[in-house]
Amino acid sequence: MSVLIIAEHDNHTLSPETSKVITASQSLESDCHVLVAGYQCRDVAEQAAGIEGVSKVLLADHPVYTHWLAENMSALIAEVSADYSHLLMAATTTGKNVLPRVAGLLDVGLLADVVSIESADTVIRPIYAGNALAKVKSLDSKKLITVRASAFDSSATSGESAPIVEIEKVIESPNSEYVSSEITQSSRPELPAARVVVSGGRGLGDKAHFAMIERLADKLGAAVGASRAAVDAGFVSNDLQVGQTGKIVAPELYIAVGISGAIQHLAGMKDAKVIVAINKDPDAPIFDIADYGLVGDLFEILPELIEKL
Amino acid sequence: MKVLVAIKRVIDPYVKIRVKSDGSGVEQHNVKMAINPFCEIAIEEAVRMKEAGSASEVVVVSIGDKNCQEQLRTALALGADRAIHIEGATQAEPLNIARILYALVKSESPDLVIMGKQSIDSDNNQVAQMLSAMSGFPQGTFASKIDVDNGFIKVTREIDGGLETVKLRLPAVVSTDLRLNEPRYASLPNIMKAKQKPMEVISLDNLGVTLSQNQEILAVSSPPTRQEGTKVGSVSELVDKLKNEAKVIS
Repeated sequence: MSVLIIAEHDNHTLSPETSKVITASQSLESDCHVLVAGYQCRDVAEQAAGIEGVSKVLLADHPVYTHWLAENMSALIAEVSADYSHLLMAATTTGKNVLPRVAGLLDVGLLADVVSIESADTVIRPIYAGNALAKVKSLDSKKLITVRASAFDSSATSGESAPIVEIEKVIESPNSEYVSSEITQSSRPELPAARVVVSGGRGLGDKAHFAMIERLADKLGAAVGASRAAVDAGFVSNDLQVGQTGKIVAPELYIAVGISGAIQHLAGMKDAKVIVAINKDPDAPIFDIADYGLVGDLFEILPELIEKL
Repeated sequence: MKVLVAIKRVIDPYVKIRVKSDGSGVEQHNVKMAINPFCEIAIEEAVRMKEAGSASEVVVVSIGDKNCQEQLRTALALGADRAIHIEGATQAEPLNIARILYALVKSESPDLVIMGKQSIDSDNNQVAQMLSAMSGFPQGTFASKIDVDNGFIKVTREIDGGLETVKLRLPAVVSTDLRLNEPRYASLPNIMKAKQKPMEVISLDNLGVTLSQNQEILAVSSPPTRQEGTKVGSVSELVDKLKNEAKVIS
């Protein structure tokens, strides 16, 4: 039996998370196939075909798959799944939207947000906002897994190209329809893939002051993140939120500025290699997990830090 | 329009959990419990729909032991009309919870099912999607805005790059994200009134659902602890440490 990875993409580029899922699947030591569904997305199929370890790419290219509606996409995946022992997808909002629906259609369980694949049926996944790790064994004949991308490395390109097989199946979605989307434009690196992340919290006070976080991030070539408090206060848009309910990141360097360090925020960043905390409250819980802490007024510290870098 | 809200009793989000030393799970004894925060948002949204006249009845359901009636009473105090407690299946897998809710959807025939996007204990984020699949309903997950209009529901969803809006034909399932609304507190008079509201207890047998075990938790452990950090005295020292000790910047 083989492993099927459901690729995530914007119809042009394969997502970095998908590349990490391919890495995660290598420990299963099975044939690895990738499903690319979308519209005018042959480029994506070719990118997937060039990744080391991928032996076949399935391409479902049709306008009905343009916007990745959960209803028909899950039906397509369920249809294609017959020959596979494992279905894997990144635990992004897309993966979380679609793969549990596939599980419901197939009447099997799903292992969510997996950080380690121990064997063909056993994984490790964080629970309680990452405050505990559960080792879970799936008893299903078919294993459905969403993978926490930040726990795995990107896979390499092979220089060869796996065959691309077209799937003719067209499934309509009569009960749901895409209306619109608002994608936040940013020239900075994407949060989940960034080597350095600078995050701001309520301590920044207002949106104008949050610009200091952006300046520091630009100086370091970093992505900008935020705590829920900063998002709710309207400093930045919600797709920058780091935490249990937002993005989960594990960069080499995470700088938390004006963030107290609530459990829900720590859940999203405590696997960063080096954590720096800048906060005026010496008792803030963020200092418990910070490798380097600096107690003081961020309005004095930030300009100095930007200048000294 | 009838709205069904599914809620879960979980350890209070502000409690620092303790992993049991035998690795069998997380200590639940004598720990403060609460309605899962995402479920509170689901209740609030349903009640607001009723207040706006778009919903005629709000039915709240929870699955678990007798203790979850406490959370159902709170939901009644917040404005739900009646409650259903499905007895048993405490800590059941998402697939089983979805099966139970599907049985209830068949008997209650709601026009809309609202629930939280994930419970903060098992962090699964699955039940709404699984229930939608079983019932054949369209799904609007991670909702930050919803509008009901003439047999359809428009759901603005929080996605990784920003926001996306989809239009779904009712009946549908919606899962709530944090920014959908700000849940209210139950007032004392409403808490008193909630005691009079109907609470039906249904056993799994009566629902005709058989549960399966699809997953087995082999062990629960604490995550590795980080090495203790140091506090630095100045920005210069911080920059120096990052460059020369941690070597994360150049």
